[in-house]
Amino acid sequence: MNERVQLLLALADDELILGWRNSEWTGIAPSLEEDVAFSSIAQNEIGHARALYELAARELGTDADALAFDRSLDEYRSAPLVELRRLEWARTIARHWLYETADAIRLEALRASDDAELAGIAAKIDREEVYHRIHAEMWVDRLLGSDEGRPRLDEALGELWPYALGVLDEELRPELVRRVEAKLGRPMPDAEPVARGTHEAELAELLDEMTMVRRSAPAGARW
Amino acid sequence: MSVFEVFRRERAGAPMQHAGSIAAPDARFAQVYAREQYGRRGESTALWLVPREAVDEIEDFVDEFDLKYRRVDGYSIKERLKEARERAGAAAPRAGR
Repeated sequence: MNERVQLLLALADDELILGWRNSEWTGIAPSLEEDVAFSSIAQNEIGHARALYELAARELGTDADALAFDRSLDEYRSAPLVELRRLEWARTIARHWLYETADAIRLEALRASDDAELAGIAAKIDREEVYHRIHAEMWVDRLLGSDEGRPRLDEALGELWPYALGVLDEELRPELVRRVEAKLGRPMPDAEPVARGTHEAELAELLDEMTMVRRSAPAGARW
Repeated sequence: MSVFEVFRRERAGAPMQHAGSIAAPDARFAQVYAREQYGRRGESTALWLVPREAVDEIEDFVDEFDLKYRRVDGYSIKERLKEARERAGAAAPRAGR
């Protein structure tokens, strides 16, 4: 599997798994409006995953569904950050914001790529991610602005920081540190990144749930 | 939480029409929520958000003297038209004319 396909799968897996994790809030988000907004963001992420899987599938001679659902756990290239199940709002916002911040850096690098197809899809994805970042930042500001929210967000950011570093390749990490520190107005601790290549225990459970319907149908069933 | 009334324009040149309302902690949240609720399916080309407190409401209307000719549904002239025609000796127009 060439480097380009590995990169596409890493991006697609991040978006698919995070889309699933964010969609776990559908029906139980803090308000009806937030429920609609966060579910919509989750759907966008899954849409991005599909577009990326389609590019990878063309090279691998398969299809997007097969890549999304038919691989074994150790074939997924997702970052551990997106795999965590953290059904608590401050943690969800911390993960959402750290991921979107890292993703923005990654997409900027891809948009400058010599590979016109990669640059194009990165630009297209980024036009939707703009609104995800607006959503993430407004929540971070809101939590930081309240006596109850600030410590909860800070605790979650501390917990997730090594994972956030692990979303990016080494050369892009300093930019993530810079942006996160600029927003929070304080230095982030040095941490050993929880990098791509290992998986969180929660991923097995998620994949099991995610592929349940697909596995229940005979191979080749059309939906 | 504050309530924001949301108006949307379906296509260029169409009037803004009331779409519904959004509950949000502030205008910034309201914009994000309105975009997702009233804009993500391509159903709007523009949205207006108006804090409900900014809306002046009038709901007292009097019409003590039954000036029904002012109303949008007007008043019936069928009988008076018929009388006028009879006076003029003209037949009622044929159907379809």
